[in-house]
Amino acid sequence: MMRDRAGPSGAAVTVEPPATTDFDAIVVGAGPAGSAAALELARAGHSVALLERGPFPGSKNVYGGVVYGRVLDELIPDWFERAPVQRWITRRQTMLLSDERSLTVDFRSQNWGSAPYNGATTYRAEFDSWLADHAQQAGAVLVPSTVVTSLLRTSGGRVVGVRTDREQGDLTARVVIACDGVNSFLAKQAGLYPGEHAEHTTLGVKETLALPKETIDERFGVSGSDGVDIEILGGTGGVPGGGFVYTNHDTLSVGLVLGLPGLAKAGLRPEEILAELKRHPSIRPLVRGAELVEYSAHLIPEGGYRTMPRLVGDGLLVAGDAAAMCLAAGIWLEGVNFALGSGMYAGRAAARALAADDPKRLREYRTLLADSFVLADHRKLRNAPALVLSDRVQQRYPGLVCDLVEGMFTVENPAPKPGLRRLLRRSAKRNGVGLHQLARDALTGLRSFG
Amino acid sequence: MTQRYADLAFDDRMARVDFRVATNAHIVVDTDVCRSCTTKACVHACPANLFVPTDDGGILFNYEQCFECGTCYLVCDGGNAISWSYPDGGQGVVFRHG
Ligand SMILES: Cc1cc2nc3c(=O)[nH]c(=O)nc-3n(C[C@H](O)[C@H](O)[C@H](O)COP(=O)(O)OP(=O)(O)OC[C@H]3O[C@@H](n4cnc5c(N)ncnc54)[C@H](O)[C@@H]3O)c2cc1C
Ligand code: SF4
Ligand code: SF4
Repeated sequence: MMRDRAGPSGAAVTVEPPATTDFDAIVVGAGPAGSAAALELARAGHSVALLERGPFPGSKNVYGGVVYGRVLDELIPDWFERAPVQRWITRRQTMLLSDERSLTVDFRSQNWGSAPYNGATTYRAEFDSWLADHAQQAGAVLVPSTVVTSLLRTSGGRVVGVRTDREQGDLTARVVIACDGVNSFLAKQAGLYPGEHAEHTTLGVKETLALPKETIDERFGVSGSDGVDIEILGGTGGVPGGGFVYTNHDTLSVGLVLGLPGLAKAGLRPEEILAELKRHPSIRPLVRGAELVEYSAHLIPEGGYRTMPRLVGDGLLVAGDAAAMCLAAGIWLEGVNFALGSGMYAGRAAARALAADDPKRLREYRTLLADSFVLADHRKLRNAPALVLSDRVQQRYPGLVCDLVEGMFTVENPAPKPGLRRLLRRSAKRNGVGLHQLARDALTGLRSFG
Repeated sequence: MTQRYADLAFDDRMARVDFRVATNAHIVVDTDVCRSCTTKACVHACPANLFVPTDDGGILFNYEQCFECGTCYLVCDGGNAISWSYPDGGQGVVFRHG
C-alpha cells in the first residue's frame, strides 16, 4: 500500500464525526507559531498535542537570524534571561549595493544591549526547541518525527483531527491549528488559499560561517554579547530580493532572499549569486577566511497582507508562515515575531472556543489579530513588498543613490561642484528613472513606512 | 582549516549538512514530462542542485540531500512533473544552525 504523503496534491480525508476526541486541540508544526499556540492552550488547561515532522523542533527550520523580542514579553515575560541567545543586536545597518559601490546607513543603540532588549540572533534549532520546552512544561504533548499528511473532515466540512504517517496515525481533536509553515498543505487542503503563489514566494539561502569571536568583534566593531544585523538591497545578481549578514557568537549568517520567478528565469544558481555577494568589496572583508559550517535553504511567503489566506475554517485556524504572516520585502525580514503573535492569539481564541464549547468563537482569532500588531503592521505595510521588489527599487535605485553620493563626494576641482539638484537629475537619468516616478515611489514609501 | 569560498566544491558544501537519509524517495520526477520542458527551471533554482539534465533532454533526480524547501515544485514548468512531499517523520535534513 502506498503510504499517505503530505504534499500539494494531498486531500482531506472524510470521516464520521468522532464521539470523543483524543485531544482538545492539535497544533501542527513546532515552529514559533505552533509552540506559542500550544503554550497558550496548555496554560488554559486544555489537552493539546504539538506535532512536528522533524526529529526535534527547529531541525527543519531556517531563517536569517534575528528574533525581535517584544511579543515574547507577553508570552514568556523573563524570556531574555533564558532564551538561547547568540548576540543582542546593538547595531543595525542597511546597505545599498551597486556594482563595486555601496552606501550604508549605520545605526547603533546601546539601549538595545540591555533589558528589555530589541532583537537577538539565535539558531532555530535552539530557539524553537526552547520554546517547545515551554509548551511541554505547561502540559502540551510534543510528538516529533511525525508528518501530518492530511486533515480529517466530516462530510459537513468540519475539521475534526489529522492523519499522520505513524501506524494507526489518526488523531482527533475539537480544534486543529495549522502552524505548518510556508508550504502549508493543511491550509490548502482546507481550501483557505485561493491558488498557488510562486510569485509571492522567495527562496532564502544561507551560509553559516565560522570565525573566532574576537575576529567578529573586531570586524563588526562590537564587543561582549553585542551584535550586528546588516540588511542588503542589491547584490542579488539581478534577481529581485535582498541579502543579509548577521553576527552570532562565533559564526556569521550570510544569505540571500531570491524571488522565485526571477530566480527561475535568471539561469543562475543560488550559491553562485551568494558567492558574488561575498566577493563584493563591502562584504568580502567581513567574511574573509571564514569556514562554512552549514549551508541551508528555506522558502519565505513574501506577499504580506494582500496574499493572506482565510484565517479561520470550520474547526481550523491558521497561523504564522502558513498564513503568509511574514513581513519580508528584500531588505528587512520579520517573521518569527508575527508567528509568535499569531500563534499566541490562535491558541487564545481556540482556548476560549473550547471553554465555551462553541466552535463559532474560533472567529475571535481574527478580531484578536486585527487588534494587535500582527494585522496592524501587515495592513500598514501592504504596499511595501511590491515596492521593494519592484524593478526600480531592485535594479535602479541602488545605482541611482550610489551615483548621487559618488557625485557629492567626488572632488574634481578646479571644476566647480555640481549642485545637488543637478546631481539628482543626472543620477536619475543615468539609471533610467523618471523624477516623477521617483517622487511617486517616495510617496508610496512614505505612506507605507511613515 | 580555513577555506576560501571559491574553492569549495558543491559536494563539500553539501557535506556540511546533516541528512538522515530515508529509504523512500519523498520526491518523484516524471522525466517524460521533463523532455518537453524548455525552461528546466528546477536545474538552476534547486539550492541543493539535485536536478541534473540528461543528454536526451530528461532529468536525473536524487532526493537524498534535499532541503525540503519546495522551490522545485513551485518553479516547475511541466505541470505534474514533480510529485512533491516531505520525507517520513524524523527523516531528511536536520539543520543545526538554521
Ligand atoms: C532565509 C530566511 C531568513 C529569514 N530571516 C528572518 C529573520 O531574520 N527574522 C525573522 O523574524 N524572520 C525571518 N524569517 C522568517 C521566519 O523564518 C518565519 O516567518 C518563521 O519561521 C515562521 O514561523 P512558523 O512557526 O509560522 O513556521 P516555521 O518556522 O516554518 O515552522 C513550521 C513547522 O511546521 C513543521 N511542519 C510543516 N509541515 C508539517 C507537517 N505536515 N507535519 C508536521 N510538521 C510539519 C515544520 O517542520 C516546522 O517546524 C526568515 C526566513 C527565511 C527563510
Ligand atoms: S522544471 Fe519541471 S518539467 Fe522542467 S525539467 Fe524541471 S522538473 Fe522537469
Ligand atoms: S525541495 Fe528544495 S532542495 Fe529539495 S529538490 Fe526541491 S528545490 Fe531542491
